[in-house]
Amino acid sequence: MDINDVRGILTAIIFFAFIGIWVWAWSSRRKKDFAASAALPLEEDNYINSNERENI
Amino acid sequence: MDTAASYNDKVVRQFSIMVVIWGIVGMLVGVLIAAQLIWPQLNFDLPFLTYSRLRPLHTNAVIFAFGGSALFATSYYVVQRTCHVRLAFDKLAAFTFWGWQTVILLAAITLPLGITQSKEYAELEWPIDLLITVVWVAYAIVFFGTIVKRRIKHIYVANWFYGAFIITIAVLHIFNNLAIPVSLTKSYSLYTGVVDGMMQWWYGHNAVGFFLTAGFLGMMYYFVPKQAGRPVYSYRLSVVHFWSLIAVYMWAGPHHLHYTSLPDWAQTLGMVFSIILLAPSWGGMINGIMTLSGAWHKLRSDPILKFMIVALSFYGMSTFEGPMMSIKTVNALSHYTNWTIGHVHSGALGWVAMMTIGSIYSLLPRLYNRESMYSTKLIDVHFWTSTIGVVLYAVSMWIAGVTEGLMWRDVNADGTLTYSFVESLKAVEPYHYFRLLGGLIFFSGMLVMAYNVYKTVSDKKPVPIAVLDPA
Repeated sequence: MDINDVRGILTAIIFFAFIGIWVWAWSSRRKKDFAASAALPLEEDNYINSNERENI
Repeated sequence: MDTAASYNDKVVRQFSIMVVIWGIVGMLVGVLIAAQLIWPQLNFDLPFLTYSRLRPLHTNAVIFAFGGSALFATSYYVVQRTCHVRLAFDKLAAFTFWGWQTVILLAAITLPLGITQSKEYAELEWPIDLLITVVWVAYAIVFFGTIVKRRIKHIYVANWFYGAFIITIAVLHIFNNLAIPVSLTKSYSLYTGVVDGMMQWWYGHNAVGFFLTAGFLGMMYYFVPKQAGRPVYSYRLSVVHFWSLIAVYMWAGPHHLHYTSLPDWAQTLGMVFSIILLAPSWGGMINGIMTLSGAWHKLRSDPILKFMIVALSFYGMSTFEGPMMSIKTVNALSHYTNWTIGHVHSGALGWVAMMTIGSIYSLLPRLYNRESMYSTKLIDVHFWTSTIGVVLYAVSMWIAGVTEGLMWRDVNADGTLTYSFVESLKAVEPYHYFRLLGGLIFFSGMLVMAYNVYKTVSDKKPVPIAVLDPA
């Protein structure tokens, strides 16, 4: 086996890994987790009550 | 209140304010050197004011001081908010702030003195490089330390982009700067000839790909949904976007060395990967823009959102233009002309600066316990100065670049050059005025921002913000 076989095999592995990422990302089992993650930036900060705000 | 129960926003505030200050400094130097290209006597015959020394000062200030501070500020903010945990290691985080400011200060001293490694975007000499390495490792420990102690199971996509940016910049910086020091201010690169060239542009292009792209995509994936009030258009697309972008970017560097002594196969490899890059780039751009679907009406009243959408549009344009310019036949026309300068600024001002400015306007009021910035009207003024400035800049450089490219390659029937270099210089002179004007207008917007930021933060005492409970 020469270096070019290794290169070919590596290319194939990376190609299938890429397809694997698509399959993983699009699987319906990810849906709930992804929805929860996507909601993270929309959370608002919990400010301490406004009296405290001015005093600190 | 118990500190572990509140976010570490102090370091975020410090970096955020420095974004504005370094933005003004870096762009002012840019305006000065743009003026020097029209009136060379503006260097006053002083060595430290010459174009050759101020140009690296400009690029270092806008990329590493302005852009870098923005990445530190937003990554520290985003990782805490999306992990529901306080930033790891307060003291180390404070060290990254003071350490990074020291690096910038040392750059501002050594570059005008002419102390340089002569590597584009890696000019700083070895002692400063060592300090950068220490600060960067501290940054990685703080960022990943926070990820490790997160109280949310999944790692939000913005953190993946920030994480890739931090790791990759460490690798690029260390390997490109390997050198043998001969004195405190002079070193020689470990690499020679074409290998040195390839190392430099492997570094150079990935500094664009990871510092100016992946990092700012992290910013985009948090602040665009936040400002639009809707989750990102497709979370699963963002996963594919991430892996494809980081896998492909690494190979695009050789397109900076077309038609040089770099082997042909390496040039072609760089070109092919640059063209493939269009796919993940546009996937991300579309994901960002589509986040606004159903919320487009907000653009009418929210100039912050306008900043972000125009930034994404410029990202789309420059990631189309880049792959096109990497095609060898197009590159034969564009290389070494002002077209490249136009391309870089549509990316740097249009994408990086406008995404930064939008995110800082979104972030600052939250950090200072306010509903909004002091003046929304002034944000709108800033938006228009930025947009008009960058369009003037980019268009004038495109025209100048194509003009130069065509004049340089024009030959007479007997094989001699039709135009001398000076003739091409004369032909592009008018566009230098427009470029200066565009730069000045963009710069003036930064002064408006500084005033608005000052009025927003000056009479407000920040308060600690409680860490959210795990969902």
